[in-house]
Amino acid sequence: MVSALPPLADYAARLGDDSLVLGQRLGEWCGHAPAIEVDLSLSNVALDLIGQATHFLGLAGAIEGAGRDADKLAFHRDVMDFSNCLLVEQPNGDFAQTIARQFLFSHYQALLFEQMAQVKDERFAAIAAKALKEVNYHATLASDWVVRLGDGTDESKARMIAGLDWMWRFTDELFAMDDVDAAAIAAGAGVDKAALRADWDARVDAVLAEATLARPAARRAIVGGRVGRHSEHLGHLLSEMQFLQRAYPGASW
Amino acid sequence: MSDPSKEWPLWEVFVRGKGGLSHRHVGSVHAADGKMALEHARDTYTRRMEGVSLWVLPSAQIIASDPGDAAALFKPAEDKVYRHPTFYKIPDGIKHI
Repeated sequence: MVSALPPLADYAARLGDDSLVLGQRLGEWCGHAPAIEVDLSLSNVALDLIGQATHFLGLAGAIEGAGRDADKLAFHRDVMDFSNCLLVEQPNGDFAQTIARQFLFSHYQALLFEQMAQVKDERFAAIAAKALKEVNYHATLASDWVVRLGDGTDESKARMIAGLDWMWRFTDELFAMDDVDAAAIAAGAGVDKAALRADWDARVDAVLAEATLARPAARRAIVGGRVGRHSEHLGHLLSEMQFLQRAYPGASW
Repeated sequence: MSDPSKEWPLWEVFVRGKGGLSHRHVGSVHAADGKMALEHARDTYTRRMEGVSLWVLPSAQIIASDPGDAAALFKPAEDKVYRHPTFYKIPDGIKHI
């Protein structure tokens, strides 16, 4: 289903949904990470992402002008109305798979927000500028772990390779452009994501080289998240995330 | 139980609250090396804007006094009140002295 939101609101919702879904995924690690310090690292990243989601979804609701705020968009939309990329909804798997997803996404997000911080629309630029500092840390943290696991023991290396293999087919979607992107660029809010690809390749390849890992073989890309065609994983994530607001609409504490 | 020999070593964490103040010991983290220790210290102890600078150092590098020597080390200072410069007047508003 194509989003019912107007294009610029849809653009903001895509950004918000990316952060929201990945934040929720990382939150699943809370209390389960390999060490208490890693637990805190992942929770911090999750909270940063949910903060971004609050800003972007709030902006989406404001542009739509139908009275929906960030909470309404986060907790009262169905799975087909979510427009996050498929990468962020992928299951956590083991720690290496989680790190692989974070590594690939955070480097994309860092490049995206570097550009978005300079767009004409100050609402988008301000959120991106604030988030960029957080995202740069996420990229560093994830890259360090890719190197540690990749250039670690036989087992950690095998797990890192498997994690990257799982996530790799969802990376093309990050840079795909469509009508919503074009409308956002025309409105002075959007970024040419296709143009980020070369820098992303360079950053990712540099870390993989340090981690003594080969770049995963190119496979047929899987896309569809931006127009609501999701993997089976997202529905399960939402059923947990949205339960409380669905059962007790408007509950707060 | 996890094998203690496979656990990450312990690092002591020091945070400078703001420019001009000294680094203060705030606790410890486990980490495989100094770089990871800094990241863990950042995520554990500065997430509520507590700091502007971090130090970490291996806990094993600390040489501690022996509690059994406490009497010899610290008791002799007890009756040396003249070592306290209590006769200076300190102006109001001086906090860090």
